[in-house]
Amino acid sequence: MRRHLAHLSDEALVALVARADEGALAELYDRVGRVAYGLAFRVLRDDRLAEDAVQEAFLGVWRTAAGFRAERAKASTWILTLVHRRAVDLVRREERRRADPLDEETRDAGASPSAEDAAWLGFERERVQGALKQLPDTQREAIELAYYGGYSQSELAERLGLPLGTIKSRMFSGLARLRELLGDDAEEGSWEPESTN
Amino acid sequence: MGTGIHELTAGYALDALDPAEREEYERHLDTCEQCQEELVAFLEVTGALAIAADGPAPSPALRERILADARAEQQNVVPLESRRRHFPVLAAATAVAAAVAIGLGIYAVSLNNDLDSTKAALTAQENAAAVLADPAATTVALQAGSGRLVVAAEGDAVLVLDDLAPAPAGKTYQAWIVEGTTPVSAGTFASAGGQAIVPIPQAVPDGAVVAVTVEEAGGASTPSLPPVAASKPV
Repeated sequence: MRRHLAHLSDEALVALVARADEGALAELYDRVGRVAYGLAFRVLRDDRLAEDAVQEAFLGVWRTAAGFRAERAKASTWILTLVHRRAVDLVRREERRRADPLDEETRDAGASPSAEDAAWLGFERERVQGALKQLPDTQREAIELAYYGGYSQSELAERLGLPLGTIKSRMFSGLARLRELLGDDAEEGSWEPESTN
Repeated sequence: MGTGIHELTAGYALDALDPAEREEYERHLDTCEQCQEELVAFLEVTGALAIAADGPAPSPALRERILADARAEQQNVVPLESRRRHFPVLAAATAVAAAVAIGLGIYAVSLNNDLDSTKAALTAQENAAAVLADPAATTVALQAGSGRLVVAAEGDAVLVLDDLAPAPAGKTYQAWIVEGTTPVSAGTFASAGGQAIVPIPQAVPDGAVVAVTVEEAGGASTPSLPPVAASKPV
């Protein structure tokens, strides 16, 4: 069933998924599933809900792959966007959000990825976390509470006792700054670890 | 800052807008190129934030559940309207682009004739993208014209013409599948100039030739010779 999919780009896999190619969906999951679940868990803090979010998002990938537009986002980004939106919808419904970092024990739970994946993920994670640390505290707080905590801008304004406009500006400036910080070497790091040839 | 609705790009990329605002922003996004560009960049940033989330690994059972879902759905033909609802920003409003993903200008070809509906064109382009991405597909050289014919195992085929000038005014290109001495129309198409990617809507049988002729607008029932391009027998 797994033909020669390993050498295809994420985007080519999405094109195959649009044609109801189950093997291509499996390959996409193998590439993106680890990060997708980690993200959903960080937002939802619950195994079952995180699995639901990822499962529903991948069903969305399966159903809407034909609508994927490569000029708008990388395929992996598109999938993670679907996962995040689903996780945020769930966390708002469940009222269980917290944006605190996960403790060591939780983080290391679950199946371990291959050594190669782990090395690459670890590197990329450190790079992004390093960039986050360089943001002014107020901007980092707004971004972390929104993205990892699932708070909307208006909820944050209320929680922090600040004008809505201030929250909007912090998120905008923070993302713009992160984009600069990550941009320098973002081009070379394609999503996935180099496959061995 | 006072950049108004443009500033919502950040909140949108972070999924931090309230529903009404989200809808308002999406309507705005349809018409604002500046926001579209900015959103592309911001989504790359939030994609990076996803990697930094540092959560645990999923259980192996999740993979099986996802594949079982897909199996249960069989072939999914979802109407474009509901795609938009699922995921408006990244969903297709017009026929494009799985093909762009593999770096090919399929969108340059607009299909006319019986394929002239967004959905049919979209399906044709998806199929073409899949054929071209299929490592098992075979490539057949052309005996006339410059380019190649790519045929997947099931007979799905895509004709790639390297440099096809736009058809003269009042004329159209028409593809044919010629089996033995009997030509069957495979639809008309236009070219924007440059490389043309022509999905062939019917299976191409073994031994058949795919040819392209110039015909009066609307297409013909028999080909006008000589063809501008023709493959060797498949």
